[in-house]
Amino acid sequence: MAEITACSGNLTGLEIADALSKRFAEGIKINSASPKRIFSQVDKEIFLELCKFLKNDLLFDHASLVSGVDRIDRIQAVFHITSYINNCCLIEIVVDLDHEEPEIDSITPLWEGANYHERETYDMMGIVFKGHPDMRRIFLPEDTRFYPQRKDFKLKEVP
Amino acid sequence: MNDNPNAVAMNSKDFMKWSTEVIDDVLRATQAKKVLDKLMLPFWNWSQRNSMYPLHFGLACCALEMAASSGPRWDAERLGIIYRSSPRQCDVLLLNGWISKKVRPALRRLYEQMPAPKWVIAMGECSISGGPWYDCYNVVQGADTFLPVDIYIPGCPPRPEALIDGFLKLQQKIKAEAKGPFLED
Amino acid sequence: MADMWVNMGPQHPFNHGLWNLRVLMDGETIKYAEPILGYLHRGWEKSMENRTYPQIIPLSDRLCYGSSMSWSHLYCMTMEELFDVEVPERAEYIRVIVLELQRIVSHLLWLMAFGVDLGNLTVMLYVIREREMFLDLLQSITGARMTYNYPRIGGVRNDLPPDFERDCIRAMDYFQGKIDDYEKLCDGSKIFRIRTEGLGVVKPADAINLGLTGPNLRASSVDVDIRRDDPYSVYEEFDFDVCTHDACDTYARYRVRMDEMRVSCDIIRQALEKIPDGPVRVKVPRNAPKKSVVARVEDPRGEGMMYVVGDGTDKPYRLSVRSPVFVYVSAANHMLKGHKIADVPSVMGSIDMCLGETDR
Repeated sequence: MAEITACSGNLTGLEIADALSKRFAEGIKINSASPKRIFSQVDKEIFLELCKFLKNDLLFDHASLVSGVDRIDRIQAVFHITSYINNCCLIEIVVDLDHEEPEIDSITPLWEGANYHERETYDMMGIVFKGHPDMRRIFLPEDTRFYPQRKDFKLKEVP
Repeated sequence: MNDNPNAVAMNSKDFMKWSTEVIDDVLRATQAKKVLDKLMLPFWNWSQRNSMYPLHFGLACCALEMAASSGPRWDAERLGIIYRSSPRQCDVLLLNGWISKKVRPALRRLYEQMPAPKWVIAMGECSISGGPWYDCYNVVQGADTFLPVDIYIPGCPPRPEALIDGFLKLQQKIKAEAKGPFLED
Repeated sequence: MADMWVNMGPQHPFNHGLWNLRVLMDGETIKYAEPILGYLHRGWEKSMENRTYPQIIPLSDRLCYGSSMSWSHLYCMTMEELFDVEVPERAEYIRVIVLELQRIVSHLLWLMAFGVDLGNLTVMLYVIREREMFLDLLQSITGARMTYNYPRIGGVRNDLPPDFERDCIRAMDYFQGKIDDYEKLCDGSKIFRIRTEGLGVVKPADAINLGLTGPNLRASSVDVDIRRDDPYSVYEEFDFDVCTHDACDTYARYRVRMDEMRVSCDIIRQALEKIPDGPVRVKVPRNAPKKSVVARVEDPRGEGMMYVVGDGTDKPYRLSVRSPVFVYVSAANHMLKGHKIADVPSVMGSIDMCLGETDR
């Protein structure tokens, strides 16, 4: 089908996945796509451009969740974004980051709802979001030196 | 010092000094204090235990059962329990919910802002000993690590009847302790 | 006159839960509002990595204690997707009945707190009385008044008690007259209307951008409901209205929740008619496959979501929770700018905050 540059709504997950693979041929890998869910893995370099395409052309308007997973040799940042116009279709974007200094572009300038989620991910996992208006800890005190959600932080065992 | 014998026109330091001279020392010297204490103690004690004012402070889940206990079904107000918003007007600090390390200094400050005599009730498993969050890095394992607790109400969450039972036990404790002399020594 | 920072919290009669709202005031007008969270943070997501999958069910109740059934149901739904089990149909219908009862209970709890904030104490006492009626119904099914521990991975714990249908319909018939009473108490009160109309206005485009979901989004006239648009469980079988309102202010949020309570009664009646016979639970394997899943529901407060990564053992590798109220707190500055400080309880109370899920 023709490349989508602006849609008017009602696309299914399969059409959206198609449009994404055509536009970003190398940086994105679609793991699976169904009418209301798309699971994908994206490279860090094209991430911000992909988000702008999702927002402006494919009309994804609600950032549902931003979180991180510590996979020992790398840290993954996971984004879930919803499109109300396209029948509440949900896309999951997983980005692999370096374990020592995880950094990625912030999506807060595009979707303001991701503001506190990114601060929480920084607090818990240590991922720094470049371009975030207020990148500081939210739950733990400012001078805490550990990131609780990482796998090298162990909780105490039952005595 | 202001030589004004009219008590209404004094500032507070002068008033304290005047009342110590005129009332306190006289009563102590003539042994009338002991008689007054013995007479008034049952009355003060009765009024303290029948008008316990807890602090309007809901921490977590147990706070919903605290709210339900002041509803029409288990009316806590018939026991004299009225929730006040300011710690300066309370005598009971009711801890309901897990205590995190960030709120611990604020709770200690609230406890110290309450005037004596005061009591602390730990409601629910989390404030007794940390509850289900035994291995969490941010939860204080029990309120008695930093506050003197008088009554423990177990449950997760305790039913409103259990909370009222806890208040009744506190009433028995106040009666047995017999605090509240007429003048502090 | 110089600007002044005022701390509203952590102990303050208006905030339901432990959080601090620092406001920068010029006289009585708010110039900037900054929420400070973390007073109830217990590291829920990290602690759950130490527990087996069935052990997490009662602890997921304690995420948001105002609507605990909704969170344990969300957890069980995510696990069923991870383990790839099919829940029996009778269990799905029972779940819908219990979830809608929980929605009514949660909205009544909100109305109780909202009434207290605005000084309408009569509403608070009437609402607690009706809420006890629904808590009795839930207690007859699950055994508890608050954190129920009722859904299981693969169904629900036990079947409905005998005579439940008769008791439930009797309760709902009585309750529908009472909702009219609450509306008369609130709408008929001039003070209530002055204190809620025109405050905390969030335009539809701002609401979507700020991440508002659930009743707060529908009160800004955006027609989205996850039960209808991205259906889960057996919500496709039911025919119900989605309540929206055009005013975009605090009064609209109040109105949407009152209408939602009526819609929930409607759904429960339909479910009681259509419920089939059959088992209520299936067995589930002990170890999870190595994959990641995501599931979302329409919580009484908004859109709740869980993202789980399984790693082949009987404990989760990563469990991530999306709390709707966490995002509303970030929108506090947008909603409160330019208002007077006496409007803070009214605006923040209309959002229906529950701090257990915010701080996790």
